Amino acid sequence: MAIKTETMTLNMGPQHPSTHGVFRLVVDVDGETIKRVEPVMGYLHRGSEKLAERFVYTQFIPYTDRLDYMNAMTNNYVYCAAVEKLLEWEIPERAEYLRVITMELNRIASHLVWWGTYLLDIGALSPFLYAFRDRDHCLDLLNEISGARMTFNYMRIGGVKWDSPDGWIDRVKEKVKVLRENINEYDTLVTGNEIFQSRTIGVGKLTKEQILDWGISGPLARASGLKMDIRKDEPYSIYDRFDFDIPTQEEGDVYARYKVRIAELYESLKIIEQACEQIPEGDIITKKGKRIMMIKPPAGEAYTRAEASKGEIGVYAISNGKNKPYRIKLRRPSFVNVAILQELLIGKNIQDLVAIFGSLDIVLGEVDA
Amino acid sequence: MDLLFMAIYAVAVLGGLLGAVTYAILFERKVIGYMQIRTGPNRYGPWGMFQTIADVMKLLMKEDIIPAQADRKIFVLAPVVAFAPAFMVFAVISWSENLYAADLNIGVLYFLGVSSMTMLGVLMGGWSSNNKYSLLGAIRGVSQMISYELPLVLSVLGIVILVGSLNLRDIVFFQQDVGLWFIILQFPAFIIYMISAIAELNRSPFDLPEAESELVSGYHTEYSGFRYAFYMLAEYTYAIAIAAFATTLFFGGWLGPAFLPGIVWFLLKMCLFMFVWFWLRATLPRARVENLMQFCWKVLIPLALLNIVVTAIIKVWMGW
Repeated sequence: MAIKTETMTLNMGPQHPSTHGVFRLVVDVDGETIKRVEPVMGYLHRGSEKLAERFVYTQFIPYTDRLDYMNAMTNNYVYCAAVEKLLEWEIPERAEYLRVITMELNRIASHLVWWGTYLLDIGALSPFLYAFRDRDHCLDLLNEISGARMTFNYMRIGGVKWDSPDGWIDRVKEKVKVLRENINEYDTLVTGNEIFQSRTIGVGKLTKEQILDWGISGPLARASGLKMDIRKDEPYSIYDRFDFDIPTQEEGDVYARYKVRIAELYESLKIIEQACEQIPEGDIITKKGKRIMMIKPPAGEAYTRAEASKGEIGVYAISNGKNKPYRIKLRRPSFVNVAILQELLIGKNIQDLVAIFGSLDIVLGEVDA
Repeated sequence: MDLLFMAIYAVAVLGGLLGAVTYAILFERKVIGYMQIRTGPNRYGPWGMFQTIADVMKLLMKEDIIPAQADRKIFVLAPVVAFAPAFMVFAVISWSENLYAADLNIGVLYFLGVSSMTMLGVLMGGWSSNNKYSLLGAIRGVSQMISYELPLVLSVLGIVILVGSLNLRDIVFFQQDVGLWFIILQFPAFIIYMISAIAELNRSPFDLPEAESELVSGYHTEYSGFRYAFYMLAEYTYAIAIAAFATTLFFGGWLGPAFLPGIVWFLLKMCLFMFVWFWLRATLPRARVENLMQFCWKVLIPLALLNIVVTAIIKVWMGW
């Protein structure tokens, strides 16, 4: 006799612990196998792009902090760079170096949060606290220079807001050494663990074609064997002055993404070290940049992109010659990357759902903007 | 008179157990805390001594919520069903040479039989909550606990063959006579026992039934207040019971150098087991569902059977 079975609709989120924010997945499960999945987003929608049109250019910078709040520096940068491109301004050397150092510190902090919370998702409790210990090293430094721990609001059009405090560069150098040792510790704690490997190897594979079709960027693309990193491909700021590699993996599974992100931590440390050696004295902001009400780019449009910790972040700005932007369009990597979720999850079980979803490393502030 | 003694003993064990569970939780939080480069609870009392008591007080004072769609009777009964067998098994545990409740000649059988009933509490709780996460947690929990029951039982059989008795006290006396603990004589069985015990207890890395990142809180998602406390009590009581059982079987029960009384040795060995579980929890991620079952049926059970065969051959050969 056939037993009558039926699929069950499981509503994961918006308060489910594994969604890291207010993301909702409506999942049809047969036992534990996923038959259909429907992502629901928009719980954190704030209309950032529309808001931009009502503000003076500089006033929008704090809003970029709140897109990907784990990696606010790069958001700051890419917006400022777009406006600077419209203005065709030269940025002081020292400001560029400070930008790079803070962006890379922030990238490390962002990857560490991912590392900790991801392992928490797949059931390991301790790495989370180790990650946050080291993330705090980064945040302390960023706090010292910008006055905030997450939403920095540090960069300005034409430079940066604050110069580094006395001895800050030396402290960064020290912390880089500490971080490098601590990150080595992670490898021994997690990477070789068999349970961890069984949870991640071969799970959630993305092929090169899928990456290109869906416009996925960042560590996800690099884990599938695509050697693309805007810092190298189209060097912005002063990234062409540093010697660093783009870590890639061929497999495209969750484990490959893990390894890419860990390797990127070392590359970021390398960049910070070099930047700390090279940093010159000088101004931190152009003279014109200080008069924020008077920033009036000539009519025109500009697109800038940068490598955020989640992928390619882009800002498309249109100016009509006034001191407020006519239109700002944000390309948010988390939003683009999460789109593939539906295709990835069919046929997997709930346990893999968490492992795959976590590996995409999305931040809801950025998905919903 | 016997009845009176039994009642007093049961109350004493229950009281002791409540204290033990309270401090087992503190112990766990401290151990995990120090492994995670933090200090664990330290606000209430010296060294956080009253933290768990405060937590329990909070749980007791909470509103007692039963979901409207829940199956009331089963929902109310489930935590009790989970706790009762975990407590009942203490009857056959012999704390020291003279301190024990029942000198049962089928002690091992009684322990294993009664303890497997805790599974019912999980199933009832998960089913009656009428919550999808609870149901999934219960399905996982029950399949896991039934599967791991087998290697657990099989691993103990080797010892039973060697001793020739199901009496837990006889097993300890045997270890005294031979002068070796069964952890040495039956090392493979010990490993199998430890792994299946962790799965039985739903502890990390086999904590799939209550995987908080997937199933919110598993079968006790809908439970709050006192009933939740009861589930926690059941879980830790069962952990202590399994640790006590393992101490008796593999670590020579109350045996130890004479400068400390037997019961102290017994408790110390139990703490060691508890520590190992906490340690694993701080270290390992959660295993995969498929791997969990495969590991049980394809690795542990054949190994346990092999162990029994080898033990039987050795027993006949050595003429013990």
